[in-house]
Amino acid sequence: MKPVLQVVSPGLLTTIQDLGRPAAIAAGVPPGGAMDRFAHRAANLLAGNSPQDATLECTMSGPHLVAEEPCLVAITGADFQPRINGAPAPTWTSLFLSRGDRLSFEGRRIGARAYIAVGGGFEADRWLGSRSTSLIAGRGGMQGRALARGDVLSVSAERSAPVVAGRQLPSGLRPAYAEGALHAMPGPHVRRLDAESRKLLFSAEFTVTRDDDRMGYRLDGPQLSMSGDELLSFGLVAGAIQMPRSGQPILLMADHQTAGGYPVVAVVISASMPIAAQLAPGDTVRFTQTTAAEASRRRLALSSALATLSAP
Amino acid sequence: MPPPRSIQKARIHPLGDTALLAELGSRLDTALNTRAIGLAAALRKRRDVRQAVAGYSSVTVHFDPDQATHESLGAAIKRLAAKRPKMAIPGRLHRIPVVYDGPDLDDVARAVGLSVDAVVAVHTRPIYRVFLVGFVPGWAYLGPLPEELELPRRDVPRMRVPAGSVAIAARQTGIYPLPVPGGWHLIGRSSVKLFLPDSDPPCLFRAGDRVKFFAARKTQ
Repeated sequence: MKPVLQVVSPGLLTTIQDLGRPAAIAAGVPPGGAMDRFAHRAANLLAGNSPQDATLECTMSGPHLVAEEPCLVAITGADFQPRINGAPAPTWTSLFLSRGDRLSFEGRRIGARAYIAVGGGFEADRWLGSRSTSLIAGRGGMQGRALARGDVLSVSAERSAPVVAGRQLPSGLRPAYAEGALHAMPGPHVRRLDAESRKLLFSAEFTVTRDDDRMGYRLDGPQLSMSGDELLSFGLVAGAIQMPRSGQPILLMADHQTAGGYPVVAVVISASMPIAAQLAPGDTVRFTQTTAAEASRRRLALSSALATLSAP
Repeated sequence: MPPPRSIQKARIHPLGDTALLAELGSRLDTALNTRAIGLAAALRKRRDVRQAVAGYSSVTVHFDPDQATHESLGAAIKRLAAKRPKMAIPGRLHRIPVVYDGPDLDDVARAVGLSVDAVVAVHTRPIYRVFLVGFVPGWAYLGPLPEELELPRRDVPRMRVPAGSVAIAARQTGIYPLPVPGGWHLIGRSSVKLFLPDSDPPCLFRAGDRVKFFAARKTQ
């Protein structure tokens, strides 16, 4: 363990995340992990890490960190306007910090979640095979909680990747966060919506309400009407759009409940989840109906964008 | 000879591009649940399956989209589901002490037309089955609850149900492992720890286990 960064102020909600604990859902534990997996992976690759390493997920505002040792960092995802010693620093780029350098953020411009990776990967508590912070369980990451002032972040001392500052993911290969459209496939219970409501689901504008966190977003939009008996509970997935009796859809995110009985009328495809992860309360969004073939094409496009960052 | 009613074909629904829902039926039925648990276990052995989780009468399958499609996996699931299920191994039996003093106990008794003592007697009568583990860490859906106690969920859910609350709704019963919002009727409480974050798996109950409640004296 080698301490590299000290937390001067943590920001609104900054947690340590990796790719989550998908095996734990069988025990009722949310899969967790970075909400925006593309930004998380890109940050790691830019910092010379493997995509599985832990990053900081910063929600709605960035932390203020001081380098205790020279280190390589990369900031991806939302644009919170990073500053190094007060001077603007680029996102989606590997950056070198010298001892004593200060990384801070001017304020949110686009998106809701920024990711910070450090060369070597953050050391953190492992729980059920993952370093991700589970706030509901109080386990993983930094003692199962969000970062706090005075925390010291360490990297594994044994790892020494070559340090290359200035590598960048070109803007054309980054997700279109401002697009406002999420591609979704019809869900198992879409036929419970009447024809008019089905049309509205895949065309109307929905607003992300303040009831928005890592478990899911409650959406506000046109009243959708549904029929059918109550369902027996079944296993859920991130991206599922649940329709409770209120008619207000819920989009399930990384820390979603693992099972439930509300109808699932659509499921956002994996390639659109990074865009969903960047929605903030008050943002509007539309669901574009898509097919498995189109979903696969979009998934592969994101993989090849990341492949450009893999070490030679 | 036609196959028994419970051995019928699975219905496959995509759940986005990396998962699917295989429905074996839509009834609250122990035999269906046993088949779902068996099917999930068989699917977890496949290389193209990342995780498979049994619901009451369905299996949610997370797959590797580089190795499988809804069609290829759906066909494999239909073959597996058509096989005669293996003899079910009886799950572990848990005996759980409950102090029956929940805030909804009197209302439940009134609503179902029984005395409080009779509600307790009916609730402690069956050996319940763990149909599925999920919702929040440590939560298990237990049932079937005897028909005498069948009630719809509360109209207005509580914002925060205390951990350890023993609750009923429809033909189900359960114990809240953590303080979370909930719409079930609270009839008692138990001090048994259901979410065990430092164990693996991190929960006391597993799908297929059996649970027997008994009335414990109030301490304090």
